[in-house]
Amino acid sequence: MIKTLLTALMLGATFMAQADDTVKVGFVYVGPTGDAGWTYSHDEARKYVVEQLGDKVETSYVESVAEGADAERVIRNLAAKGHDLIFTTSFGYMNPTLKVAKRFPNVKFEHATGYKQSKNVGTYMARAYQARYLTGLVAGKMTKSNVIGYVASFPIPEVIRGINAFTKGVREVNPDASVKVVWVSTWYDPAKEREAAETLILQNADVLTQHTDSAAVIQTAEAKGKYAIGYHSDMSAYGSTAHLTSAVHDWRPIYLAKTKAVLNDSWTKEDLWYGIKEGVTDIAPLNDAIPADVKAMVLAKKAELKAGTIRVFDGPVKDQSGMIKVKKGASLSDGDLKGFGWYVEGVDGKLPKS
Amino acid sequence: MFKLPLKLEKRPSDSSTMSLLSPLLAIVLTLICGGILFWLLGHPPLDALYTFFISPLSDLYGWAELGIKVAPLLLCATGLMMCFKAKIWNIGAEGQFIMGGLGGSWAALQFLDAQSSWVLLPILCTGMLSGMAWAAITAFLKTHFKANEILTTIMLNYIAVNALLWAVHGPLKDPQGFNFPESALFVDATLLPLIHEDFRLNISIFFGLFAVVAVWTLMSRTWVGYQIQVLGEDAKAARYAGFKENSLIWFTLLTCGALAGLAGVSEVTGPIGQLIPSISPGYGYTAIIVVFLGRMNPVGLVFASMLLALTYMGGEMVQMEMALPKSLTGLFQGMLLFFLLACDLLISYKVVLNTHVTRQSPSANIQASE
Repeated sequence: MIKTLLTALMLGATFMAQADDTVKVGFVYVGPTGDAGWTYSHDEARKYVVEQLGDKVETSYVESVAEGADAERVIRNLAAKGHDLIFTTSFGYMNPTLKVAKRFPNVKFEHATGYKQSKNVGTYMARAYQARYLTGLVAGKMTKSNVIGYVASFPIPEVIRGINAFTKGVREVNPDASVKVVWVSTWYDPAKEREAAETLILQNADVLTQHTDSAAVIQTAEAKGKYAIGYHSDMSAYGSTAHLTSAVHDWRPIYLAKTKAVLNDSWTKEDLWYGIKEGVTDIAPLNDAIPADVKAMVLAKKAELKAGTIRVFDGPVKDQSGMIKVKKGASLSDGDLKGFGWYVEGVDGKLPKS
Repeated sequence: MFKLPLKLEKRPSDSSTMSLLSPLLAIVLTLICGGILFWLLGHPPLDALYTFFISPLSDLYGWAELGIKVAPLLLCATGLMMCFKAKIWNIGAEGQFIMGGLGGSWAALQFLDAQSSWVLLPILCTGMLSGMAWAAITAFLKTHFKANEILTTIMLNYIAVNALLWAVHGPLKDPQGFNFPESALFVDATLLPLIHEDFRLNISIFFGLFAVVAVWTLMSRTWVGYQIQVLGEDAKAARYAGFKENSLIWFTLLTCGALAGLAGVSEVTGPIGQLIPSISPGYGYTAIIVVFLGRMNPVGLVFASMLLALTYMGGEMVQMEMALPKSLTGLFQGMLLFFLLACDLLISYKVVLNTHVTRQSPSANIQASE
């Protein structure tokens, strides 16, 4: 009897010690870590957490997890293997994450880009549209043909928001330019992304950007002597002359803060939407091909966004038909931004019917 | 020229022993090469192989998860086996699977306030009919225009994927879902019953096992099955015998469509529980490997689908435990197929010692290497 009690106590003690000292963090990725884009940006942040916390943290990840029935098993296995905190980094993991979280109430879950929370599931997202707007300013100044190509994945609010913010930037500095969008219906398919980029070039686009996960669009622009703007991570390595800048995510502040919170037992469920102010969204260093005055203008706008004196969708904002959607002096609310389902003026083409 | 001391000699008739041993040999070779691969990557080979092949099945949960993957593979593979026996090269199980899931989801969304599980019956039927309808296009094109079914089924797979995307971005999208491409969650009554509440495994595994038995009985015990076999062995003989080739084509393709469709609808009303843009990790294609690895034999199909399901789960395990890349899953599947094809050579040929007294056999005599 006493022996059992002692063992139980000892077990309890070791358990407590573990809970206090170290934390096991799991990551579920939708693409390969070498995609140079979305998953890469998350994995960089994972490495940063390891760097910062050293032996206090142990991380593991599973890459290229399909957003179907398999996701739930992967998430559950991570939870069952003693991970204290699990980041699920794609929208399609929302319902599987919630299902697993219900079964593992002591494990904390953080789901990127979703809209459902629960007791132990928080969500986080980057205000990438702020960086999109800044890169739009660059594109509007750099285009000669006044046609800018945009390779997009799926017409979900996040992507539409990016297209609109980018277009708003373009039109602010160049009212004659328009943005052509090609939908490729995939997050990661370098061959498809390249084909779409070539199509856009044939349609006279001389600056390209993409909302997909690989660097194929940058590489295509480099090969064809056009300009390109990257997304997710600094893609300058894929086209030193073509690459003007990139809209980048930096998940490090979020991942470090959340891991620390689990370490000292202060984790709470939140719905984070961090942007330029918190350093979660930014632009990559500007290429020297960009004139100094343009660089200065972009950096000034960035400072204003950071200070909160301007917002990307400050009125007047018109839709494609020219109707005023946001009056002068007003701005779109976070709720409006999260459900974006229409194009702003300057986008060429129709939004796929949804 | 240097000659290997071994050479290949054609067997008088195909060896049935080798036909059964070949997959086993392929598995052993895959394990050896896999072990070497792990060793080169700096991991103890036995530990790594254990993590890949055994640890996913170390508890009941693992077995249940295996069952979840076996069910769709088995359903698709059973249908494909029938087509392949008739030498109808249906590559379209993937598309039929997707259409089954799509049709079934539409039906499930009509019953969002259902209380009784009886609604599952029309839902499953809609899924099967959708899969059949998709296969019917191929059957029609083949019987009326002699269109090659390999091409039509592959192209229809792409169309199915896009139909799914259209539906999930359009008419079947959850109206309360912030414009994200997902349907509403299906209600409990429209979900397949679980075998045990602690696991995700549902009754679809019985559909798979039942289908294997049913199709095997059909192929080996019935007149239709006999006709299908003859058609596959020798289409001319089948025509002379007065078998209706077109009816057989329709029959096999529609049956395969129904089975793949059932797999699709079981996936959305099973582990997924809603319609999403990607409902299949390529089950329809993997099932093709299953059919050949399983020697078109019912027991073989069951084991082959278990093995291929295991490669997916093992791939996840080595990532989690040893930080090895995901590509290992593909590598293992590829090695398996490669070695299988290589070992299949031994069904028709045998390896003999190349003695110096060269007794050139008049029959086809292939030198292993020069």
